[in-house]
Amino acid sequence: MAGNGLDKERLTWILTQMTRIREFEERVKGTFEEHPGVIRGHTHLADGAEASIVGSLAALRDGDQLLTTYRCHGYPVALGTDPRALMAEIYGRSTGICKGYGGSMHLTDVSRGFMGTSGIVGQGIPHATGAAYAAQIRKQGQVVLCFFGDGASKQGAFHESLNIASLWKLPVVYIMENNNYNVVTRTEQEDANAAAGEPLAVKAKAFSMPGVTVDGGDPLAVHDVVSGAVERARAGEGPTLVESLVYRLSAHGNIIVPPGIPLHFPEHEAIEVFGNVEEYEAAKRGDPVPRFRSKLVTDGTLTPEEADAIAQSARDEMAAAVAFGVESPFPAAGDAVKYVYA
Amino acid sequence: MAREPLPYIGAILEAISEEMQRDETVLYFGQNIATTENDPFLQAFGPDRVRVTPISETAEIGMAVGAAVAGYRPVVELYMAEFMLVAMDQVVNEANRFHYMSGGQVKVPVVLKAGYGFTAGWAGQHTGTIYGMFMGVPGLKVAVPSTPADAKGLMTASIRDDNPVIFFHHYLLTLEHGDVPEGEHVVPLGQANVAREGSDVTIVGIGWTVGKALAAAEQLAADGVSAEVIDPRTLAPLDTATILASVEKTGRLVVVDQSTRHGSAAAVIAAEVASEGFSSLRAPVQLVCALDATIPYSEPMEEYILPNEAKIVDAVQQVLSPTAA
Repeated sequence: MAGNGLDKERLTWILTQMTRIREFEERVKGTFEEHPGVIRGHTHLADGAEASIVGSLAALRDGDQLLTTYRCHGYPVALGTDPRALMAEIYGRSTGICKGYGGSMHLTDVSRGFMGTSGIVGQGIPHATGAAYAAQIRKQGQVVLCFFGDGASKQGAFHESLNIASLWKLPVVYIMENNNYNVVTRTEQEDANAAAGEPLAVKAKAFSMPGVTVDGGDPLAVHDVVSGAVERARAGEGPTLVESLVYRLSAHGNIIVPPGIPLHFPEHEAIEVFGNVEEYEAAKRGDPVPRFRSKLVTDGTLTPEEADAIAQSARDEMAAAVAFGVESPFPAAGDAVKYVYA
Repeated sequence: MAREPLPYIGAILEAISEEMQRDETVLYFGQNIATTENDPFLQAFGPDRVRVTPISETAEIGMAVGAAVAGYRPVVELYMAEFMLVAMDQVVNEANRFHYMSGGQVKVPVVLKAGYGFTAGWAGQHTGTIYGMFMGVPGLKVAVPSTPADAKGLMTASIRDDNPVIFFHHYLLTLEHGDVPEGEHVVPLGQANVAREGSDVTIVGIGWTVGKALAAAEQLAADGVSAEVIDPRTLAPLDTATILASVEKTGRLVVVDQSTRHGSAAAVIAAEVASEGFSSLRAPVQLVCALDATIPYSEPMEEYILPNEAKIVDAVQQVLSPTAA
């Protein structure tokens, strides 16, 4: 039955993590209405990218590592970080995974191989490449996943890093989540390959490494491609660029306004900026979470009751995370000068 | 110290080599090193730990951050300090922030080895004295050795430190020789050196200007002026206590810095003394800095821009003059 040789337990794990990420992000978004003022600054959601995230992480084994961008909530949720500690971090509480020092854009959980995030577009790519250099010389077969968006592929950091990774055959897989938008700019407005009608994966050719484009809405397709790239990296054959086609279902982030104006998530740029309602509606119809649920129910992997139980469990878990977050204490103000130096 | 004096650059490389022997997590990579198998570092430590990189500063420094987060201690050979400018985000907005933003989960023990101040006809873009840009960046440490012995001791301490350190070595000091302790030699980061004791005036020199300050002090001694010369050795952390204690004794301060005045470490040191040691001062603080201009190519103009012994002596005479008080 199922796909890609994955057993029921693994397929269930994938749907469970996708569902948990979606529910977590729904609760983050809902916080702007339910608890105004609790989330500060700029928050970016992973809704729409769940299949890509979970399909990728399913290819890892213990000891592997990853570094990501500021759109970073989904990865630790799937890796098993306590969502209460993640929500508390987003709420700036001392119980947060980074004790309130990092916030939404800088989640880190070293105990699960999630080594960090950069909030500056493209600048985490060399960090992942350096972690892969460390993995190469440590010689324990570790692989590093490097997540970034399509916009980052126009940064020098991307080109410099992929050149060295290929030159040194580093055990890293570059996963470009192409969500069609660089903030509010459409990809074909800022990418020569996209403007020429080519996939962004062709950039790999410049660095003599494989480049693959995959449907990032299908976790099994992503898992298949990323697993192959991970095995190649583990075997010492070097990096791969995976272009994972996703559609983020929320706007780039909450509105950017001075203090005093309540924050909220605006409509997606397709609608708000480009007036393209149909593009957005089509993306909603292809929503990867119900799509994968439906697949597993249709092919008999799960009963509808089992699938419903996964969703209910995620709702309960993330509601508890919100409650934990809002009830948690703030850090002592004077702790602001801790951790300046190690 | 039975052995022959070592050049400044030799002392730096000795520190890197000894630390690589002591700790196998220390790595050394960067531009134009280890390009042949005869390279002594490559021979001693092998291609896993010693690598030449492309001219890709963002990747070099960013990879050092990633490797450090993953448990290694990279020393990045940057050649010239200005080359950091093409990778500023990695230096002042990544390496220095990861420990903090992760709530202490990760450490970033990286050393950025950067030559600076090459005022020997290198004109506008390879001569800058840019440490002032970094001394106020939270999480960074900044070392500015002035002698071969300190160069070794500070490099050793920089490699052992759990934070990103920019190690600024002055190009004009490269072949200056001095006694350097054999074997382990650590100069703690954040500890100034009283390079010459005196009682009438405090002169703070930085890097290459420490030698200029000592020469000026020698000249002043002939005129009966007793100058104390302080070398902070690191600008972050800055040992203000040693400087304040000296000013408390002398009541007068001249700060010498090859940087342009408004981007100088000298201005920060003067502000610290004005703020914390005002009651000790018997004359306004004098700054002897480079003029606020790009370094010109032609030699007489280059000399005109820079601090020198005569300018330091003039500044000391000003703070000592009765009208200054």
